[in-house]
Amino acid sequence: MSAVGTPVTRVDGPAKVTGAARYSAEISLPGMTYLAVVGATVASGRVTAIEADAARAAEGVLAVLTPEELPKIAAEPHLLPSLVGGPAPGESFFPMQDDVVQYAGQPVALVIAEEYEQAHHAASLVRISYQPTKSITTIEEGREQAYEAQRLFGGLMPARSERGDVEAGLAGADVRVEVAYKMAANHHNPIEAPSTVATWDGGNLTLYESTQGIRATQQTVAQLLGLPIARVRVITRFVGGGFGGKAMVWPNVTLTAMAARYVGRPVKLMLTRPQMFTSNGHREEQEQRIAIGAARDGRLTAIRHEKLSITSPFDDWAEPATGVSSQLYGCENFLGVHRLIKGNTMTPTFTRGPGESLGVFTLETAMDELAYQLAIDPVELRVRNHTPVDPFGNPWSSDGLVECLRLGAERFGWSERNPAPRTTRDGEWLVGTGVAAAAYPIAFFMPPQRARARIFADGSAIVQTSTQEFGTGVLTMATQVGADALGVALREMEFQAGDSDLPNSTAAVGSAGAGMVSSAVHAAGTALREQLIALAVSDEQSPLHGAGPGSVKVADGHLTSAERPGAVDTYRELLSRNHLSDAEALGMWRPPPLDTPHGLLTFGAQFAEVAVDPELGLVRVRRLNGAFAPGRVLNPLLAHSQLMGGMLWGMSQALLEGNHMDPRYGRWAETNLAEYLVPVNADAPEVRVDFVDVDDELVGPLGAKGVGEIGQVGAAAAIANAVFHATGRRIRSLPMAPELVMDPAVGGR
Amino acid sequence: MRPLTYSRAADVQDAIALATANPASAFLAGGTTEVDLIRAGISRSEHLVDINELPLRGVEDLPDGGLHIGALARMSDVARTPRVVERYPAISRALLLGASEQLRNMASMGGNLRQRTRCAYLRDGVSPCNKREPGSGCAALDGFNRGHAILGTSEHCIATHPSDVAVALVAFDAVIRTVGPEGERAIPFDDFFLLPGDTPQLEHPIAPGELIVGIDVPGAPIARGSVYLKFRDRQSYEFALVSVAAAIEVDDNVVAGVRIAMGGIGTKPWRARRAETALVGSPPNETSFRHAAAVELAEAVVREHNAFKVELAQRAMVRGLVHSLNGRQS
Repeated sequence: MSAVGTPVTRVDGPAKVTGAARYSAEISLPGMTYLAVVGATVASGRVTAIEADAARAAEGVLAVLTPEELPKIAAEPHLLPSLVGGPAPGESFFPMQDDVVQYAGQPVALVIAEEYEQAHHAASLVRISYQPTKSITTIEEGREQAYEAQRLFGGLMPARSERGDVEAGLAGADVRVEVAYKMAANHHNPIEAPSTVATWDGGNLTLYESTQGIRATQQTVAQLLGLPIARVRVITRFVGGGFGGKAMVWPNVTLTAMAARYVGRPVKLMLTRPQMFTSNGHREEQEQRIAIGAARDGRLTAIRHEKLSITSPFDDWAEPATGVSSQLYGCENFLGVHRLIKGNTMTPTFTRGPGESLGVFTLETAMDELAYQLAIDPVELRVRNHTPVDPFGNPWSSDGLVECLRLGAERFGWSERNPAPRTTRDGEWLVGTGVAAAAYPIAFFMPPQRARARIFADGSAIVQTSTQEFGTGVLTMATQVGADALGVALREMEFQAGDSDLPNSTAAVGSAGAGMVSSAVHAAGTALREQLIALAVSDEQSPLHGAGPGSVKVADGHLTSAERPGAVDTYRELLSRNHLSDAEALGMWRPPPLDTPHGLLTFGAQFAEVAVDPELGLVRVRRLNGAFAPGRVLNPLLAHSQLMGGMLWGMSQALLEGNHMDPRYGRWAETNLAEYLVPVNADAPEVRVDFVDVDDELVGPLGAKGVGEIGQVGAAAAIANAVFHATGRRIRSLPMAPELVMDPAVGGR
Repeated sequence: MRPLTYSRAADVQDAIALATANPASAFLAGGTTEVDLIRAGISRSEHLVDINELPLRGVEDLPDGGLHIGALARMSDVARTPRVVERYPAISRALLLGASEQLRNMASMGGNLRQRTRCAYLRDGVSPCNKREPGSGCAALDGFNRGHAILGTSEHCIATHPSDVAVALVAFDAVIRTVGPEGERAIPFDDFFLLPGDTPQLEHPIAPGELIVGIDVPGAPIARGSVYLKFRDRQSYEFALVSVAAAIEVDDNVVAGVRIAMGGIGTKPWRARRAETALVGSPPNETSFRHAAAVELAEAVVREHNAFKVELAQRAMVRGLVHSLNGRQS
C-alpha cells in the first residue's frame, strides 16, 4: 500500500506537544553566554561615539563589541536568493564594518554576558551618539527619485517584461479598467524569533540556527568569515515558522559566530520581537497600477502592470509582481514594469506569496471591475480568458485553472449569487461574495537535490537530506515518500534532516520545499531499492534468483516478481544471507532546465463571503473556499493545513497587516504584536479547501507542485471583491482598515 | 531587564510600609502590565512589592445594591461573577472584550486601572515622549497617531487610556478605594484619571506607597440594561478604536436617564456627560442619539491619522444607545 497520498499525522507531533522538540533558542551548551544586539535608532548617518563603560562594568558582561573591536568580514556579501543553492545573504551589506548607518535597527554594538537578562540590561546602558543625515523611508518621500529597475532578485530576473504593443492594445479595447492601489509594508512575524547558537571547536564552527535553509546558512557564514565550507556545520532541528523571514541569511547569524569567537565560549542570540521588524527583511511598501483592455466579449486585449516600491540603499530588490499577470490569461499585449526608490530600510525580502500575491491582488480586483463593466459573470470572464499555453506558446506542465474555478464555484454556491452590489443585508451587516483566480510560478533555479537512503539488517530504514522542519510537515511527508520509494512500511522508515552534514538540498522557499525534498528522497529510496533488487536477482539463494530486475516489486520489505509466482524474498533475509549489516544509496534529482518548453504555474481559485458594517467600517470574513490544483497531494492533511494557513494569510493581508514608517525618524511605527495586527482565532472564518487532481510529469518524479504559496494568492482579492459586492465601494489601500471601509454616506442619518 | 529587588507583602499595611521604604517601588499583582513596562525600560521601578497574598479578591454587596470589587480580583473572575453579569452587564462585557483569556486570568482589577497607554512612542524608549521624558515633546502629535485620542488631549500628549472596564466603571460612577501612608481615601472614578494638560507624566492623583484596595460600584438599576460595544480591526485581543458603554431608561417615551462612556477616543476613560445632558428629556430615537453624539464630539481635536474617529465615535455611540434601548447585550 502506498503511504504517499494518505493523511498521515505529523511524525513530530508528540515531540512538539510534549516540548521534547528542541528549537534553536532551546539548545543548551556548557559555558553558554548570551548576545544582545544594540540597533541604530537613526535611519541614516554616522555613529560619532559609543560610550560603553557603564555596559562593560555591568554585572555579568564579558564584552562589548563596537565596530572598533569587531573583526572585518572576509568578503562583501552579495544578495542572491537562497533557492539558487549558494551563499544567500539577505542584503548586500554587513553592519559594523565602519561608522555608517544605513537603516534604523542596523546593529551598531554587541553585548555578550553570562545571562540573557544581563546582556539586555547592559545593552540598554550603551550610549550611542549619531550624526544623522536626511533619510528616505517612504514612497512619498522618494517618489521623485524613482527609477526603473533593470534586474531583480540579485540579478536573476529581468525587471521588465514586454510583448506586443500594450498602448495599441489598450487604445483598441472596447472596455478599459485602470486602477491603482497602495499597499502597506508587511512583516513576517513567525512566533519563533530568529535565534542562533554559535560554538567554536578550534577552527570548526557549529551553528544551531532558526533558518529555512541550513545549507544557505552554512555557505553564507563560511564566505563572510573566510572559512572553508567544510568547517561550518549548521544544525536546525525545528523552526517555529519562517514565512520567508528565515529564507535568507541575515547579519545576526554571522555576528553571533564572531561574538562566540571573540569570547571563546558558546553564544546564544535570540532577537526580541521589536528587533524582528528590523533584522530579517519585510515585504516592501508598494504601489501597483494596472490597466486592462478587453473586447466586448470579455477577451483581454492588453495588460499594463506597474509596481513602485522602496528598497535599501544597496540592493535593487522588489518582489516580482507581474509574473502571473503576464501569463495567467491569454493576452497578446503586455507590459510589466518595476520601479524602485532607494531608501533607508534594510533590503526587503521574500514574504509568503512573494510579489505575485499582491500582483494577483491587483490583477484580480481589476478583472472583477472588468466583469462588472462587461456584465459578464466574474467566473465566466476568467474561464473565457483561460489559455492552454504560456506567452511563449509552451503548454502548462499541468493546468487546472478552469477546473478550480468550476469546482470552487459549485462548492461555494456561486450560481445563487445576485451580481448586483449592495443587495444583501443581514441586520447591521451588508453581505457580499467575491472570486479571484490564483496562480503562482514554479521556479527551477535550484541545483541538483540529493538524499541518502539506508536500510539496516533488521529492516529498519532511514532517509536523509539537509532540509529542515519549519512547520510545513516535511518530516512527515518525506517519511511517506521514503517508505514508498524503498518499499518498506511507514513504521520502518525514519526521515532525518536538520544537519548540513547530510546530503545537499536547497532552502525551502518559493513553495519548492516539498518538490525538492520529495524528489531527492524518492531518488534515494529508489536507488537503494534497485540496488537491493539487483542483489536479490543475482543471489543464488534468493527465491527471486534470475528474475528480471524490472519485474520485481517491493512492498512492506517483501520482494516479489510476476516471473516467480509465489516466491517471496525480504530485505531482512537478503541482507542477512549476504552478511550485510546495512546497505545505502545516494539519490539525486536534477530539476528541469530553466528553458524547459513548459509553462510553469500552480493554479487555484478563491471564493469569499464577507459581512461589512458600513457605519463602523468593519469587515468580517464569513467563508473562504479555495480550490487548488497543486499536482500530486503527498499528504492531504498537511496540504490542507498549508493551504488553509495561506488563505488566512490572504485574509490578513486584505484586512489587518500593515506597517508604517514614521518618516521623521525612519523607524517602523508598529513593532510588536499588539500594534502589528495578525488575525486571531476569532477572525478565522469557515475555511474549505478542495483539490483538483492534475498530473504533472515535469515538476518531479512525484508530480508535486507545492502548496506553500498558492493558498495565500488570490485570497485577498476575493475578499476585496466581496467587499465591493457587499457595499458597492472599492477600497484602494491594503490593509482595508475600518477608516477606509466606513461609508461616508451612511453617517448622520 | 535591569536588576530588581522583590518582597512579598503579608497584609495591606505591610505592603504600604514596604513600598514606602523604597521610593522606586511598584506593587506587583498579575504583572501583566508592570513586567512588560520594566522589560521595555519604561517603568523605573527598582523594587517590586508582591501583593498577591493580600485578601483583596472578593466581590461583595454594598448596602445600596451596588458592589465592592476587590483590587486583586482577577478580570476573568469578575467578568463571570453572576452579580456583576446581572447588575452591570456592561462591566462583564467590557472585561471579556479586553486582552486575552490568559491575560484576564492573571490581570487584577486594580492593575487594570493603572495600566499605561499603548502609545508606541512611549514604549519604543527612543522617541520624544512627555510621559517618559517630561519636556522631550510628543512624537505622536505629528506621527502615526491612528490610535490616539481626540478628546481630552493637550499639545503635550494625545495618548489614549487603554482600559475597557474603566470605561464601563466610569459610566456607573464607580469610586476607587485606596489605603496609603496618610490613611484611607475614596477617589471618584472620573478624578482618578488625570487629563494630560502640561503634565502628561502625572496620570493618577495617587501618592507613593498608596495602594488601590478596591472599587465601589454604586447601585444603579439603569445598569441592568447596559451594553458595552467595542470596535476594532480584529475581533479579539486588540485595544479599541472606539468603544462605548451605554445604558438608557425611557419613561413616557422620553429619555429619563442615560449613562454613556467611551473608550479609544479619550486621554482618559471618557464619560460623555454632555451627550447625557443633551439626551435627557428627548425622545429615544436615532435623531436624538445622533444629536447627542455630535454634542459630545463637538470639541474633538483631530490629528492626521485619527480624524475618522470623530465620525466613528458618533456612530458607535448611536449604536450603543440603540442596542441598550432594544435590550441587546452586545
